[in-house]
Amino acid sequence: MSAPNTTADAAVPAAPPATPTVTRGGRGSVVGGGVLVLVVVLLAAVVPYVVTLGALSSLVMLFALVILGTTWNLLAGYGGMVSVGQQAYVGVGGYALIQLADAVGAPPWAAVLAAGLVGAVLALPTSYLVFRLAGGYFAIGTWVVAEVFRLVTMQIGGLGGGSGLSLSAFRGTDRVDRVAFVYWFALALMVAVVLGTYLLMRSRVGLGLTAIRDDRVAASSLGVAVDRGRRIVYVAGSAGAALAGALIALSTLGVTPGSIYSVNWTAAMIFIVVVGGIGTIEGPLVGAVLYWALQQALAPLGTWYLVVLGGVAVAVVLLAPRGLWGLVAGRFQIFPTTYRVRI
Amino acid sequence: MDWLNAGVQGVLLGGQYSLLACGLSLIFGVMRIVNLAHGVLAVLAAYLSLVLVQQGLPLWLAVVVVVPVFAVLGYAVQRGLFNPALAQVRGSDSARQGSRGAGELAPLLVSFGVAVALTSLLQEVFSADTRKIPTGDLASAGVPLGPLSVGLLPLITLVVAAAVIAAVQVFLARTATGRAMRAVADDAGAAAMYGVDPRHTYAVATALAFATLALAGVFVGMSTQFSPGYGDLVLLFAFEAVIIGGLGSLWGTLLGGIVLGLAQTIGAQIDPQSGVLAGHLVFLAVLVVRPGGLLPRSVPA
Amino acid sequence: MSVLEVAGLEVRYGDLLAVDGVGLTLAEGETLAVLGANGAGKSTLLAALAGTHLPTAGTVLLDGDPVTRVPAHRRVRRGIALVPEGRRLFPSLTVEENLLMGRYPRRFGPWDLRAVYDVFPHVAEIRDRRGGVLSGGQQQAVAIGRALLTNPRVLLLDEVSLGLAPSVVTQIYDAVRRITAEGTTALVVEQDLDQALRVADRVQCLLGGRTVLEAPAAGLDREAVADAYFGIAAAPTPAPAPRPTEA
Repeated sequence: MSAPNTTADAAVPAAPPATPTVTRGGRGSVVGGGVLVLVVVLLAAVVPYVVTLGALSSLVMLFALVILGTTWNLLAGYGGMVSVGQQAYVGVGGYALIQLADAVGAPPWAAVLAAGLVGAVLALPTSYLVFRLAGGYFAIGTWVVAEVFRLVTMQIGGLGGGSGLSLSAFRGTDRVDRVAFVYWFALALMVAVVLGTYLLMRSRVGLGLTAIRDDRVAASSLGVAVDRGRRIVYVAGSAGAALAGALIALSTLGVTPGSIYSVNWTAAMIFIVVVGGIGTIEGPLVGAVLYWALQQALAPLGTWYLVVLGGVAVAVVLLAPRGLWGLVAGRFQIFPTTYRVRI
Repeated sequence: MDWLNAGVQGVLLGGQYSLLACGLSLIFGVMRIVNLAHGVLAVLAAYLSLVLVQQGLPLWLAVVVVVPVFAVLGYAVQRGLFNPALAQVRGSDSARQGSRGAGELAPLLVSFGVAVALTSLLQEVFSADTRKIPTGDLASAGVPLGPLSVGLLPLITLVVAAAVIAAVQVFLARTATGRAMRAVADDAGAAAMYGVDPRHTYAVATALAFATLALAGVFVGMSTQFSPGYGDLVLLFAFEAVIIGGLGSLWGTLLGGIVLGLAQTIGAQIDPQSGVLAGHLVFLAVLVVRPGGLLPRSVPA
Repeated sequence: MSVLEVAGLEVRYGDLLAVDGVGLTLAEGETLAVLGANGAGKSTLLAALAGTHLPTAGTVLLDGDPVTRVPAHRRVRRGIALVPEGRRLFPSLTVEENLLMGRYPRRFGPWDLRAVYDVFPHVAEIRDRRGGVLSGGQQQAVAIGRALLTNPRVLLLDEVSLGLAPSVVTQIYDAVRRITAEGTTALVVEQDLDQALRVADRVQCLLGGRTVLEAPAAGLDREAVADAYFGIAAAPTPAPAPRPTEA
């Protein structure tokens, strides 16, 4: 097939080789990144002064959803691990925040960050357990772990049993101050998590993960430490879920085991990632906004919104598997993780 | 005496769990799909038979109606949802370029979407209140066994579970269709070369799995207070029975169900609050000590 | 009348045109050997004939009926059986169960278990072993037996000698010869010219997805085959050889 080339090469000995240019991103990333920066600036500097306190609390939930989606995407989209048990860490984060803020007396911002750390610390040993299960069984295995976390939490004395805990660290704080603090803190945390995920994916770890996702055996034969890479992702993703759980508890001023450990958190994460676009940084942002908007719009319908969400998720997986971001943007990346070579 | 009683109850409870697990194991064995909607579908079967019984149908007739309805449902779900999802798994193998979308995660994500939608739908229709299928005297009837009195319903459940598992086993081992199912599980492409339509065979496997799951659901509905959310627990119990027993072994699944049942009743004997937790912990312990399960792969299904 | 008649077949893998306008005919009881180097399009041609990879253009007629777009699982019921490259036994099924899969298309005829065991006596001895634990030669024998149990109108054999010891290859081809001698119409894809010539009535050489040589096996000019095989334009250009016109 390449026979003609040999003669051509022989005939033209030393044509000056074109220097290939390697680029990452492009004008699209600059424009898209600019728009995102603008949105963040607006959220930080304008929005708090023009909307109600209730709307701010609801936006905190959106930021938590972005964190949940982004970190679940880290697991499934980059690590190839579908966990149905991330509510374990949402719950741990929520309880840890309240314990650290109320019992230990840590300032709320430090308690949130420490709650993320608690999530990571618990995720590490758990990973050795659940990594024994592959594929779909990994999914249910993580769910069992989440149930164990919930049941154990209910059994530990001082955690309020079945009725949970409420946060008292803000007692005496002015409501406006409190909501404003939680809002700005959540916004900053969301930006940090999204940027952190982006930088992780650009790093060697991220490259190795992409290789693992695409072909585990080949990646392993090229020296990518498969289990180590997956473990890093699992721990990081779980820390993110714990951060989100802490934010949720901070915003709602309390936790109950039934709701903070609810599998519906994972349902939300899956919807956000799948509908937004799995395996991209941008997808979960789109998905989180859509999920949040649907939740607001369909709230009067009660649990019907979950029926709609489930149905939409199934339809997207089957009909548009690359999600909304994949449909709209194609190969365009605001967060460029890939290189392009032009010769 | 209480301990002995707990042990017997545990073994009998294991019958229910292994009957639940049978379909999960079958679907995974034939097409490597973990059906996350398994639990809520069993609960749907319980609701369906409850409605039929409330309409005045005798219970046995309700079962005779619900089981074939679920077989048809299983066939349709496979053709309409799982097969297209499986096609994406294949697609992701051949096209490795760029962001490949849901790819091999597709079946799992689809079944989870179904589970979420169906659970909420049941909540809308039947509310979150707990229900139980009325069984007349059956639920309270006992059979004397030495010093103990053994519940008739759990005994029937265990016998039915063992019979169903034996029947599925014979079907897989002895019939041409069962053989085709195992062939498709090994190598769908090669099976197609010998006249097996993988999509149809998958659908038949799912129909069979749904039929066993419907039967299990009815037994759950007769013995337990169930609600739409109970499907989550049903899925976890079925899954634990499969893993404890060993993947790909239906008799292992029966053993796994019994071990899980024992763990729960003995755990509850120690601390009434901790039955379910004890079951989970035994499952995790098996995962640590014998990740292949207690009876790994005696019959490749 | 020809059992299999293929015209203008074109098969693509993505952008790659693997089979580029191939035609062939197989008369009742005839054995055709398709030869060619790696990448010549042989296995792709068989995949298109068996229906595992559908062609983009051209026609496949089986006993005069078009089966071009019939999927694999229905085509085997019409009478085209493929012994695939790499054998592809079902590893968790026993040898006998693997053979019985050949009965799944429900085409009954002279080939039953007993007839297969007669041709491959050593297969009868290992009938209870699982497909996954056999040697390459045993696997090949079972794979051929499994295809025979479909009682095919046309038996397609893909690279039977691949990865087998020479003595085993000879044994297998002894069996293939017995099978074709009993009247089974066969198409053999092979890289090993000597083995192919032992069973073939005619040979057809592919290069780059096209037919470059067609000739009767008897009195075949080996040099011409070698030239066609490697794409060396020989002096007496054999390229568009005249089709054998019979019937």
